[in-house]
Amino acid sequence: MSNKTVIPFGPQHPVLPEPIHLDLVLEDEKVVQAVPQLGFIHRGLEKIVEKRDYLHFVYVAERICGICSFGHSLGYSQAVEGLMGVEVPERAEYLRDIWQELSRIHSHLLWLGLLADGFGYENLFQQAWRLREIVLNIFEKTTGGRVILSVCNIGGVNRDIDNDELRAICDDLDKLLDGYKPITETFLDDASVHSRLDGVGYLSKEEAEDLSLVGPFGRASGLDNDIRSIGMGAYGKLAAFEPQLSNIGDGYARTEVRINEVVQSVQIIKELVSKIPDGPVYNKPKGNPPEGRFLTRVEQPRGEAVYYVKGNGSKFLERFRVRTPTSQNLAGLLKILQGCDYADVPLNILTIDPCISCTER
Amino acid sequence: MSSTGKSPWIVHYDGSSCNGCDIEVLAATTPLYDVERFGVVNTGNPKHADILLITGSVNEQNVPVVKQIYEQMMEPKVVIACGACACSGGIFRDCYNTLGGADVVVPVDVYAPGCAIRPETIIDAVVKGIEILEQKRKALKNKTLVEPDVSRMQSARDKVVDGQTVAEIASNSTLE
Repeated sequence: MSNKTVIPFGPQHPVLPEPIHLDLVLEDEKVVQAVPQLGFIHRGLEKIVEKRDYLHFVYVAERICGICSFGHSLGYSQAVEGLMGVEVPERAEYLRDIWQELSRIHSHLLWLGLLADGFGYENLFQQAWRLREIVLNIFEKTTGGRVILSVCNIGGVNRDIDNDELRAICDDLDKLLDGYKPITETFLDDASVHSRLDGVGYLSKEEAEDLSLVGPFGRASGLDNDIRSIGMGAYGKLAAFEPQLSNIGDGYARTEVRINEVVQSVQIIKELVSKIPDGPVYNKPKGNPPEGRFLTRVEQPRGEAVYYVKGNGSKFLERFRVRTPTSQNLAGLLKILQGCDYADVPLNILTIDPCISCTER
Repeated sequence: MSSTGKSPWIVHYDGSSCNGCDIEVLAATTPLYDVERFGVVNTGNPKHADILLITGSVNEQNVPVVKQIYEQMMEPKVVIACGACACSGGIFRDCYNTLGGADVVVPVDVYAPGCAIRPETIIDAVVKGIEILEQKRKALKNKTLVEPDVSRMQSARDKVVDGQTVAEIASNSTLE
């Protein structure tokens, strides 16, 4: 029984649109160990901060990842604003967080669709992506882009959304919730979904803490790690914020946490829309970033992302560094793959919601 | 055979894109755009596919993967470069790990622009690809199909990375 087989997984695999390669060491049907091989989409994006000036680099930063594109431009902008001491108008902060929450809804719906496809529920996959188009329509109406928005900028945002449009967004989100309820019932109550997700990739709170997991992956194991709680930007103006937690720690819990986060994001957007002040949305930064360093954090759909910038007084930054959620969560993935069935490997990979282009940049 | 020519199956590979084009390729197969009504099916198996959609630029590590997927596909086959990165390297052209567009490794038949590419553009590109597929099918039947060359973008292939030209890297690398 000690014969070990190595089975390659990826880089081109139907379950993920992105390339990741894993060498799975199997003993019969059980995975003993998983060895990742990365670098298929490494571009070397952090380095060209030396070739693009700090105002242009926001468009490069946005293209770290196409799913959480807005969040990355937000994180980079926050970091440079902190370094330069740029004051962001209050309305711009509200608009940023509205777009960020919309990104979260679109990312979670995308993931729910991929998960449904992962356990062979084609209909549910199509339903989730149909609902996601409502959010993409809002993006297109307010920014002109569907996935790459190019709307966040250093010192604010490039476009305003007028108040009528904001109310229309809330109506659209109500429609989204109407369609969302039936599919969540299927995800949470269907017996066949339960049989695929219950107990898959279990991780205790202690293990999650040891691996410093971020985002819904950690929150499903009971780890309170939501950066929105510390109230940066307009999140501080919310009346209350409760992170979505679960103590079960398996694939089902991760689904539940993300499903609840979509509803929570809709509530956050509605509250922000009801409180948004009037005023300017862009405060043009003056001069070049001074010498110094700044570090900031943003809660992305997949968890906490850390942005670090180092200036040297010229218009080119000396260093830009980002630690993305999935690079932190990969350690958790390798942990949950140990001891799982070979047939459950795709589902285990999906439940952590990996974003490989974030990880490799 | 003309009826089968109009229902091409696609296989998608993410070179080193930012994911934006990948999710738009998937979005094109979901209810709003629904390319499946034209018989276009997204398959994971290169041997089943007629059209290869490449998103993102190529780098040293994924050159052999792109080459292998292309070689596994049956003739006639069409390659579509989806998005600015796959066409030319796009915004990442100056990055140290980017060799260039998909055409430095495999011959590209259709260049589809956009950053990120829109699903409508993908549909247009696939329709254009069907025409080329039909021509190639006829050529294959008449035994006049010539192996396309990748020398069209010679300037990109002459770029030197680590003492080797991109063309040398593309032809020498193999999957371990």
